[in-house]
Amino acid sequence: MAYDASAWEAVIGLEVHCQLLTRSKIFSGAPTQYGAAPNTQADAVTLGLPGVLPVLNASALEMAVKFGLAIQAQIAERCVFARKHYFYPDLPKGYQISQYEQPIVAKGHLDIELADGSVKRIGITRAHLEEDAGKSLHEGFAGATGIDLNRAGTPLIEIVSEPDLRSPAEAVAYLKKLHQLVVYLGICDGNMQEGSFRCDANVSVRRRGDTRFGTRTETKNVNSFRFVEKAIEYEIQRQIDILESGGRVVQETRLFNPDTGETRAMRSKEEAMDYRYFPDPDLLPVVVGPAEIDRIRATMPELPEAKKQRFMTQYGLSKYDATVLTSEAALADYYEDVVRISGADAKLCANWVITDLLGALNKRGEDITASPVTAAMLAGLIARIADQTISGKLAKDVFEAMLAGEGTADEIIKAKGLVQITDEGAIRKAIEDVIAQNPRQLADYRAGKDKLFGFFVGQVMKATQGKANPELVNRLLKDRLAS
Amino acid sequence: MHSLTLKEMAAGLRARKFSARELTQHYLRRIETFDGQINSFITVTAGQALAQAAAADEKLARAEGGPLTGIPLAQKDIFCTQGVKTSCGSRMLDNFIAPYDATIVRKLHHEAGMVMLGKCNMDEFAMGSSNETSWYGPVKNPWDLTRVPGGSSGGSVAAVAAGLAPVATASDTGGSIRQPAALTNLTGIKPTYGRVSRYGMIAFASSLDQAGVVARSAEDAAYVLQAMSGFDPLDSTSVDRPVDDLVAGLNRPIRGLRIGLPKEYFAAGLAPEVRARVMAAVGVFEQLGAVISEISLPNAPLSVPTYYVVAPAEASSNLARYDGVRYGYRAQGVKTLEELYKRSRGEGFGPEVQRRIMIGTYVLSHGYYDAYYLKAQKVRKLICEDFRRAFEQVDLVLGPTTTDVAFKLGAKTDDPVAMYLNDIYTIAANLAGIPAMSLPCGFVDGLPVGLQLMGNYFDEARLLNAAHQYQQATDFHKQMPQAFR
Repeated sequence: MAYDASAWEAVIGLEVHCQLLTRSKIFSGAPTQYGAAPNTQADAVTLGLPGVLPVLNASALEMAVKFGLAIQAQIAERCVFARKHYFYPDLPKGYQISQYEQPIVAKGHLDIELADGSVKRIGITRAHLEEDAGKSLHEGFAGATGIDLNRAGTPLIEIVSEPDLRSPAEAVAYLKKLHQLVVYLGICDGNMQEGSFRCDANVSVRRRGDTRFGTRTETKNVNSFRFVEKAIEYEIQRQIDILESGGRVVQETRLFNPDTGETRAMRSKEEAMDYRYFPDPDLLPVVVGPAEIDRIRATMPELPEAKKQRFMTQYGLSKYDATVLTSEAALADYYEDVVRISGADAKLCANWVITDLLGALNKRGEDITASPVTAAMLAGLIARIADQTISGKLAKDVFEAMLAGEGTADEIIKAKGLVQITDEGAIRKAIEDVIAQNPRQLADYRAGKDKLFGFFVGQVMKATQGKANPELVNRLLKDRLAS
Repeated sequence: MHSLTLKEMAAGLRARKFSARELTQHYLRRIETFDGQINSFITVTAGQALAQAAAADEKLARAEGGPLTGIPLAQKDIFCTQGVKTSCGSRMLDNFIAPYDATIVRKLHHEAGMVMLGKCNMDEFAMGSSNETSWYGPVKNPWDLTRVPGGSSGGSVAAVAAGLAPVATASDTGGSIRQPAALTNLTGIKPTYGRVSRYGMIAFASSLDQAGVVARSAEDAAYVLQAMSGFDPLDSTSVDRPVDDLVAGLNRPIRGLRIGLPKEYFAAGLAPEVRARVMAAVGVFEQLGAVISEISLPNAPLSVPTYYVVAPAEASSNLARYDGVRYGYRAQGVKTLEELYKRSRGEGFGPEVQRRIMIGTYVLSHGYYDAYYLKAQKVRKLICEDFRRAFEQVDLVLGPTTTDVAFKLGAKTDDPVAMYLNDIYTIAANLAGIPAMSLPCGFVDGLPVGLQLMGNYFDEARLLNAAHQYQQATDFHKQMPQAFR
């Protein structure tokens, strides 16, 4: 942290726009596919043609309710859509349909873990449904601006936190937790690069001990976890510098520049727009009754926190292992499949998934869902370790071969003749050969050079091409050398 | 041919007395001959009309289709018609060819088999009570070419009154069906809010707009309204509830029907001659067995001020989409985005539309919202409550549609408030969302007088029944203006 945290305290609240994973738009049947040719995902409603009317997409509403339930929030029995007016070419109707006074979700919270291991509860003021705007393309149109309305009308929930965050690190922890949650819920793909999950940061600073908030600024559209951290850090330092030199922070909207890591003023409070909110007369108030909420609750997946606790108790995993394995729903499912199919020790499975599999995927830059080694394949390998067909060391080679697409563990073991030697007679013979070939080392060992035990193990393993069961080698060798 | 009722027309078509093509040609010829005098059409779709007529004739030849198959109709230019200019009476949309059909256009032409003659003139974006705010020039009243036909559905009523179309669609936000129907001796009905889909009807004030019909009788109106009505999944405010059989209900006797006369509708401001015609009509209803009583709608006098907050507020929002970016009028030679907006909207909208956008923007702005918009919504609830109480005592509410007969062209164009007061009796029904209609009840100096009936929610059948029974006992509605017979 660059600033002097003993003298200054930052107060941060985040507004997150999260695109919902519905197949069609929030108020029309137009598709929501990303990356399509400009204006091919825009129907009459999206274009805001004269005479068209909005009809609420029921699955967008359901996703918002799911989110509300996941953060233990109040689900409004009656929520109202309102029009927010401003003129901009990528806003087809001259207003955005949003929610103002009566949002669907209010008063929830999310618990984050701080660096010292303690848990902090972050309030979520509200989450409301709204439609996304289109995009203005300022390049490539020779003196004109291109308008692409494909994104216009895509459903969003805007999630507004309380000003409960006190450092850039807390802000990032909250944002990551929120990101994990919406992806878990299956309501957002979480793709920050494509803008599916976008963040605005409200930041103010005050001297330690002050109870009143300082003047805040809002930094728009910081679209990666790293940028959020950098933008907030920059903004905190900028405000402290102003205050320390006797100036005043101006309430304004600022824009983060990822190239310089700085924020710059966009518009001040005086220039702030009057959005002239009023209830949209084209949409009736939405009523979500208790039965509907119960129905939606029944479709909720297990949430990250609950899953983590279950992994610790059910599988006897450490908190660290459980946290890693439940970071993504797909990874957690993968792990549980490995345990179930292999029938092996859950901790052994966790080690393989975390160390070997995730390590390899990270190196290859691949996601768990695209893993070349499926859960069944990894389970097959671990089963061969458990039944002592192969040693753990040979298993690493088999795993590499699986990654390279050489087949299942059994196929690779067979093809390479890697079956472990557990025949005591065969191992004893190898031990005798090694001792016979190394009389000097034997003498030294017997003279008290205990460290040479490892040398003998290595020689025996080498003589058996690594296939001897290491535990048997250990035991038999110890017996032989002691005699 | 143009004096036939729709029922007679349908019978004539089935009996092969004339074909849909001949019927259509007859009206197209009348438009050609007479519309220069009244300016009731913005677009005449002769080619399309003849094609639809041919298709109708094929259906009729196979003894298919319904009671409206092959019958011509004029559409108010507020309804989107695929491939046909849909201007809404505005320069802003002078170049707008709608790429889709409004739900009622689909229902009337694609399902019921009616023939579209063209698109009728109207006040710009339906804002006006005289049809003088149209970019396409004023419409003249066929009963007196120096007078207004009323508005905003001035083109629709003038076309039907002059016999240039047997029936027309219209829309009513504060009286835009009933007031012009009254001034041109027609029967016009605005159904319950939510009864007819608004999808494809260009929005003026979304919570008040409702499509309806102007016709030469309650019976004609019943046939067409029947075909227009019903739930539409594309309109969230349309109501999912079965539509009554409007035609079958017409012939029920109205003995015992309880009709209330709100005293506020007969107070100062009502021309004595108009009052006399309305009271004469009350006498006819009594003879038909209706039970008449006086009632009170105490908040009725607040209708106009309430409306002139709510309607402009919604209009200022609905009209924000006309920005010159995607369609419609776009100012040329602009240098900045702001200039594009200012000039496109400044040049594309006429003065009345601009005035209402200004009022609406003001009442929704920060610091004024509570004092105007929110307060108006509260008064609106009181007005609804008035009607709720009234319909506990009576079945229908009866009064005048307008304070006076048609006024001279230009008489009120410089006085917006005087113009707004034209809708003093009609606005309450829009604020409450109840069905209401106007029907002819006599003449003053050769100019038509209209009688208004208002009903409870979804009581269109009862309204049309009462109106039809009245029209069986009277012949005012059969009168046509001399010059257009």
